[in-house]
Amino acid sequence: MNATAIAARRPLWRRLIGFNMLAGLALGIGGWFLGAWIGGQIAVGHDYLQGTNQNDVGLFMGYLFGVIGWLVGLGFANYPIGRLLGRAPTLRQHETASWTRYFKLCTDHKVVGIQYLFGVGIFFFIGGLNAMLMRTELLRPVEQAWPAGQYLTLMSLHGTMMIMMTSAFILGPFGNYFVPLMIGARRMAFPRIEALTFWLVPAAGLILMSAIAFGGIATGWTGYAPLADEGRAGMDAYVVAFILIGISLTLVGINLMATILTMRAPGMSWTRLPIFVWGVLATSILMALAAPVLVAAMTMVLMDRGANTSFFLASAGGSQYLYENLFWFFGHPEVYILALPGFGIVLEILPVFARKPLWGYRLAVAGMLGVTLLSFMVWQHHLFVSGMNADLRPFYMLTTELISIPTGFIFLNAIGTLWRARIRFTVPMLFALAFFFNFLIGGLSGVFLSDVPSDVTTHGSYFVMAHFHYTIMGGLVFAFFGAVYYWLPKMLGVTLNETLGKIHFWLMFVFFNLTFFPLFAAGFLDMPRRVSTYAPHLQALNDFVSASAFVLGFSMLVFIANMVWSLVFARVPAAENPWASRGLEWQLPTPVPVDNFERIPVITSGPYEYGVAGAPPVADFAPGVVAAAES
Amino acid sequence: MSRAARLGAVGAGTAFVAALIVYYIVSFLMVTPPGVAATGSKPRVHLTLQTVASFGHEPHTDWVSYLARSPGGKWVHSTVLHVPSYSTVTVTVYQFDTATGLRNPFWGQPHGTIGGTFNVDGKTLKVLDPDLASHTFAIPDLGVTVPLKGVADDAKNQCSVAPCNLSEAHTTVTFSFKTGKPGKFRWQCFVPCAAGFPLGFGGPMQSIGWMDGYLMVG
Amino acid sequence: MTTIAGERMPRHGIRILTIWLVLTAIAVPLIVLVLGPHLPPSRLTAEAASQRDANIVMTALLVPIALLVVVFFVYSFAFFRQSGDAILDGPPIKGHSGAQLLWIVLTSVTVLALAVWGSYTLVVSAHGAGGGQGPSPIAQPKGHEHALPVQVIGQQWEWTFRFPTYGGLETRDLAIPVHTVVAFHVTSLDVTHSFWAYELGVKADAVAGVDNVAYVNARNTGSFQIRCAELCGLWHGHMAKTGHVLTMQAFRAWIALARKQNAAVAKYLPDYNRVYFPAPLRRAG
Repeated sequence: MNATAIAARRPLWRRLIGFNMLAGLALGIGGWFLGAWIGGQIAVGHDYLQGTNQNDVGLFMGYLFGVIGWLVGLGFANYPIGRLLGRAPTLRQHETASWTRYFKLCTDHKVVGIQYLFGVGIFFFIGGLNAMLMRTELLRPVEQAWPAGQYLTLMSLHGTMMIMMTSAFILGPFGNYFVPLMIGARRMAFPRIEALTFWLVPAAGLILMSAIAFGGIATGWTGYAPLADEGRAGMDAYVVAFILIGISLTLVGINLMATILTMRAPGMSWTRLPIFVWGVLATSILMALAAPVLVAAMTMVLMDRGANTSFFLASAGGSQYLYENLFWFFGHPEVYILALPGFGIVLEILPVFARKPLWGYRLAVAGMLGVTLLSFMVWQHHLFVSGMNADLRPFYMLTTELISIPTGFIFLNAIGTLWRARIRFTVPMLFALAFFFNFLIGGLSGVFLSDVPSDVTTHGSYFVMAHFHYTIMGGLVFAFFGAVYYWLPKMLGVTLNETLGKIHFWLMFVFFNLTFFPLFAAGFLDMPRRVSTYAPHLQALNDFVSASAFVLGFSMLVFIANMVWSLVFARVPAAENPWASRGLEWQLPTPVPVDNFERIPVITSGPYEYGVAGAPPVADFAPGVVAAAES
Repeated sequence: MSRAARLGAVGAGTAFVAALIVYYIVSFLMVTPPGVAATGSKPRVHLTLQTVASFGHEPHTDWVSYLARSPGGKWVHSTVLHVPSYSTVTVTVYQFDTATGLRNPFWGQPHGTIGGTFNVDGKTLKVLDPDLASHTFAIPDLGVTVPLKGVADDAKNQCSVAPCNLSEAHTTVTFSFKTGKPGKFRWQCFVPCAAGFPLGFGGPMQSIGWMDGYLMVG
Repeated sequence: MTTIAGERMPRHGIRILTIWLVLTAIAVPLIVLVLGPHLPPSRLTAEAASQRDANIVMTALLVPIALLVVVFFVYSFAFFRQSGDAILDGPPIKGHSGAQLLWIVLTSVTVLALAVWGSYTLVVSAHGAGGGQGPSPIAQPKGHEHALPVQVIGQQWEWTFRFPTYGGLETRDLAIPVHTVVAFHVTSLDVTHSFWAYELGVKADAVAGVDNVAYVNARNTGSFQIRCAELCGLWHGHMAKTGHVLTMQAFRAWIALARKQNAAVAKYLPDYNRVYFPAPLRRAG
């Protein structure tokens, strides 16, 4: 009898004790109180905290110690302490095949991928719930359902949660799970850092949710100072959560970059690299370079709130432009952090169901790298009317419009791939095709915002809001669901119900467009963003949008029902390669073995050689074996 | 475990967690102060308010706040005020807070009141020295703003815990304005009086039930 | 590649192009003539008109691009689909350098033309297009030396307006004269707001310590909506009011009335300044 079986026979309470999520929660909560107490001692006599009835120092210390407790409870301290004590390095201690590994520190990239899928998914649905509650308020032109302050918190939580979560919406679950499989590696470059990047996400999510208990957030996801400086104690939660997410994103970027650059199997040349991996690589460059700037900006807000500095208070020598520049220097690459993985996914899915090679592979790669480069040069288009140096506006208008050239490449790839193809309308293909329709509208509406005369009208209005929902919700989220339907059979070994999948798709596609297209009109008709009250003549439009949004929300329930039905009840085992894909990941058995590849494969062909006469199989999985036997 | 039992367990678990999350968010959203009706009847009603420098009770002992007197004569910690439409509303504010001064001196002059004046401790005034203002009572959408004179810093017997008594140091401000058609209008204070917050406009200045509220014209 | 496929290829292309040309020929006149007059913001000022023109040009240019992609996709769904369960491979076309080059050239030309045209309207023809240009504007309309300065002061949560050429008069309502260059000097007393006069075509962030200038020249009398376009706290959505464009005569009368109404507070107002740093500077208490 092996150790796993013995462990499984222990009583339940005994199995719950150990370095896992429960211990993390317990130590996290304990750490919070310890930190809050220490912060209280530090803050005694800081007269700027008196009168506010909120001790920002105590809150920051509480969050800091809480996060440390959470990570220690999960077992992140074991390895460094063990090494200090002279123990031999082990990579996969305490990792069993039991379901409990999903609630522990686990360095298997496949486990981390699934942890991400469900962790990020839960926060995505909470963010969506907030959107439903917002649309409830907007049924009437003046506050009816929720008072103004609570509406702002709702709106800020929705935005912040969605941006934080969707930053790793594809790189988290699918990047971690599939990049090693697609490049022929056995693991990620830094497995412990990989586990850390995931476990910071629930900590950030829970801290962000705690903002509600401290009076909420009133700044939207952008958190503009000095409004953030004067905000209630809930802002501290926003700042800390964003710092944690910033750290997590930086580490995800470094880890994936190192993995892709150094751990490709022999024969996996740059021109054979799956296009999804190219998308991940471009995104991880953006993450590693942009996210630290966010951490810097948030740390300054933290100092302003907790240490009485004046980075952003004009009357005391600071400047809010500093915040705006730092924030958007992160914020605009951020929107491409959200877009590029989507490009990768849809271009990965398209050839499989068009049964044709990816048309213009090099162009797609050039497009993604072009977007990566240009995205660092456009951030001031968020600040066209801010009163900063007006000479720069033509330059940022030019760079912003230039970025539509590499983005256009992706559309040409799709057009070329579909040309005379043999399209099969499976659920993942439907989502991938819808991506192009939505992103087309999202991208073209962005051109209005890049042109200064148009932007003067549309800046800060619902037009902007509709625009970025078309690119993020219509782009990234559609690509995400495409990836879920495409890859889940490999990840969980279970086939998702296709009928429910198609109902989900059509409801989501139709009502997504019915929800957000009218909002372009709302913006054109002078409705500013982030308001709980609006001009009475816009009520019919808003009621229509709200009704559509509720059906859109219902479509997500169809998805959840499909997941529960297929994963828990029906459990139809998935074929090893149900889509007849040439992707390396599909050539592996289901479930994927712990070490992925028995031997590191030798890549012999590109992944998109559909219909190419005499194309060799994508890889040799037993290199040297035959030769050895023959000799 | 059978399939049905598994489905039931997962479904019930998911629903339970979802219900907890919904409860957590919605219970926060639902928090509104109780409404306080004006005394008298249409077309002449009366509102009685007081301001206090520090509320003195949980959840925010240090916060500056308005209180409203209910028709039963009790002081209620609320800023949701119900008045009838097309009526003359006479407001009496007992001011127990000291002066902070207006950020924009422009609000030293009352707007939208009957006669363009207001009454401080029995004297009818057309303008208040902006530095003497402790708060304003402003309903911008109805065009009404009135500065509220603060208690002298060195006054004896200052109020420390709400509700304050009229035996403690205070100024009395009265004014009248007319309401029009029914609606829900915000009201607020323009003096940066939130102690400790940058710019003086955090905390109570951005919280309904403290220095912001709704005027429900019905 | 088989010869049969080679014969079919041009037919698809010509069909798609024909459908697209027909749809474009219908859509573009509709956009310019029917939708155009309803596009925002208005023709009340020269600047607003330049924004509406930009919106019309942009819509008329971008809708055909969208149509091209959509027509291709819909066509491909109809004609390039695989019916039944069989999985058959399509022709292994990996690219076409001519098509790629053409696409790159066409998109680059479009984009560069847009950027040049946008910069030209912004700087030369529309004089900043009503957007806030900061304290030292570069795109100035003719006659800006004699512009009527109007200061817009944002504070949590109300706009007030000062007229330095009328003794620093401060009002809570806004009126401007017609056929006059008006220079809005937008500033804030606390957090960041954004002054959005919708029909005037003006949007300028109100930033504490910054004098953000935007020019307009009204062509007609009429009214316009004022909004706040940057989240500024609790009552951000309520910072709305209605302003008016008046004839010069009516404007002078309005000023005279406002002076009378606001006479009592005049002596307490600070001297007119481009920016204000009112107390408390940092944390209040």
